[in-house]
Amino acid sequence: MNAGTARYSLGGDEHIFVELSEEMSLEAFFKGMAITTALAKRKVPGVTEICPANASYLVKFDPDVTHPNEMMKLLQQIERETGSMDQQLATRIIEIPAYYNDPWTHETLMRFRERHQDPNATDLEYSARVNGFASAQAFIDAHAGSPWFVSMVGFVAGLPFLFQMVEREQQIQTPKYLRPRTDTPKLTIGHGGCFGCVYSVRGAGGYQMYGITPAPIFDPEQKLPYFREFMCFFKPGDIVKYRKIDRAEYDRMSAQVEAGTFDLRIRPVVFSLSKFLADPAGYNRQLEEVLYGN
Amino acid sequence: MAIEVLKPGLATTVQDAGRPGYYNVGIPLSGALDQHSFRAANLLVGNDENAAVLECTMLGPELEFRRDAIVAVAGAEMAPKLNGQLMPLYESFAVPKGARLSFGYLKGGARAYLAVAGGIDVPVILGSRSTYGLGAFGGFKGRKLQAADVLPIGVPSGASRPGRRLPDELAVPLPKALELRVVTGMYFHRLTDESAGTFFEDTWSVAPEADRIGYRYKQGRSLAFRERVQPFGAGSDPSNIVDAGYPYGSIQVPGGLEPIILHRDAVSGGGYAMIGTVISADMDKIAQMQPHNKAKFVKVDLDAALAARADYGRLLQRVRATLA
Repeated sequence: MNAGTARYSLGGDEHIFVELSEEMSLEAFFKGMAITTALAKRKVPGVTEICPANASYLVKFDPDVTHPNEMMKLLQQIERETGSMDQQLATRIIEIPAYYNDPWTHETLMRFRERHQDPNATDLEYSARVNGFASAQAFIDAHAGSPWFVSMVGFVAGLPFLFQMVEREQQIQTPKYLRPRTDTPKLTIGHGGCFGCVYSVRGAGGYQMYGITPAPIFDPEQKLPYFREFMCFFKPGDIVKYRKIDRAEYDRMSAQVEAGTFDLRIRPVVFSLSKFLADPAGYNRQLEEVLYGN
Repeated sequence: MAIEVLKPGLATTVQDAGRPGYYNVGIPLSGALDQHSFRAANLLVGNDENAAVLECTMLGPELEFRRDAIVAVAGAEMAPKLNGQLMPLYESFAVPKGARLSFGYLKGGARAYLAVAGGIDVPVILGSRSTYGLGAFGGFKGRKLQAADVLPIGVPSGASRPGRRLPDELAVPLPKALELRVVTGMYFHRLTDESAGTFFEDTWSVAPEADRIGYRYKQGRSLAFRERVQPFGAGSDPSNIVDAGYPYGSIQVPGGLEPIILHRDAVSGGGYAMIGTVISADMDKIAQMQPHNKAKFVKVDLDAALAARADYGRLLQRVRATLA
């Protein structure tokens, strides 16, 4: 993606929508983070929402305070100024326990089989096959094998979109359900298109379902330690590493959640886009050292 | 010091001016869908115009008051009844302790706003008392009212009195067919030339799936998106894009079939191309549309959208001046 490819567009009289790239890429995401961070720092009068997304961003503002044409000029100016910025991000890496092929998502996916591309396979079996894996287990190993970038938070409160940090040829890609389900268990680990997600609340959904995490990621009552700052845990730019757990560990963690003693492994890290792009596998090993070292 | 819910109505929620600032993590604005009527109802009872009210959808609740109160109803044509006796819309009146307030059948519009002097005093969460149903927080226990709920009421200001009236011309009109003005953009260019035309030519009908998240419209011709090799990450359907943020009022057409306009409980983003956005001045009108009401979309430019917004603001100023 080159500078100057961004497309600026009005979202009615109160929004400006900026598409940084038609296709998903970490470069586009980083550019969006840089621009929206710079915009937030300026505290522009009338701006009420600044929403970075995967390869685009959205700004909502009061056009009586700042005219939409002025706002658009300002965003274009910020794009020029951030163009040559060193693409580094001070963020955090988080371990998310993942119970793959769990009974709850399995029960749900069986209930909605007629809405799926392949009614005779599970979502894991289907996704393994269309991505060229020999077995569902090999697919799970790949899913849990590399870290994922939180490239957007939204749809509903606190739901992270996750972009797999491997070279494009290795990225998992799956279609969404033919027709969306009317039910998805809370904390389901899902995947649609090139994006993973964790469903923050129970509800409708169209992503393939692979497993479930015992770790709440959205809690208006903010009971667990990692909700101290806010009711939504994830922020754009977070890095997630799944760790496979079994039923016994899932039950143990769920009991800790219930008791209010559960916590997540979270470490601060500075992510460098250029270093990652030069050697994704090597850089991911370094990230894991940050997560599991002292 | 409260109101007891005897019957909850179809979808009655506590709402105020909304909860801006958290859309970046998927928490929408929420708040009264028809902001003009919501503010008018508050001003009629002498409240701050941003006080929390009850938004009563299609079928109103039945309430028992545990103290004397001054109330007013604005918005949909759904007349309040005091102990069974019909009371006026857009006029404040006294409800004595022990009295029952109910609503007649809906004759026009979709949402009536019941303001009580002192406001509905539920906890403020992230700066607002509004209910956010998908996130199950805000309002009364994060949900629609249920029978036997008891709503706390705040302390009325000195300005509340019965008999304050708003002239008809300052109320939101409630036609069964209307025009919704749209600024095209974002992914409008993804439509074929033909569909870019038929979208504005056809008359659309509100589908039963119309709620605070979004309004679905049907009966217009289905829309075709230009064929292309889909960009990486966008998904396989031509109506798909790489998941992006959705403006309030934005129009998406999943699979090209039925346009959906997002309202104040919007999902904050997703992977369907947005072909345009309903202008801010027309969002209250959507809130008052019932299933089967008709709409035509009218293409306007930014200047026209801002002029309409100024008109909207002037009408609200007249309401404020009248009830000051």
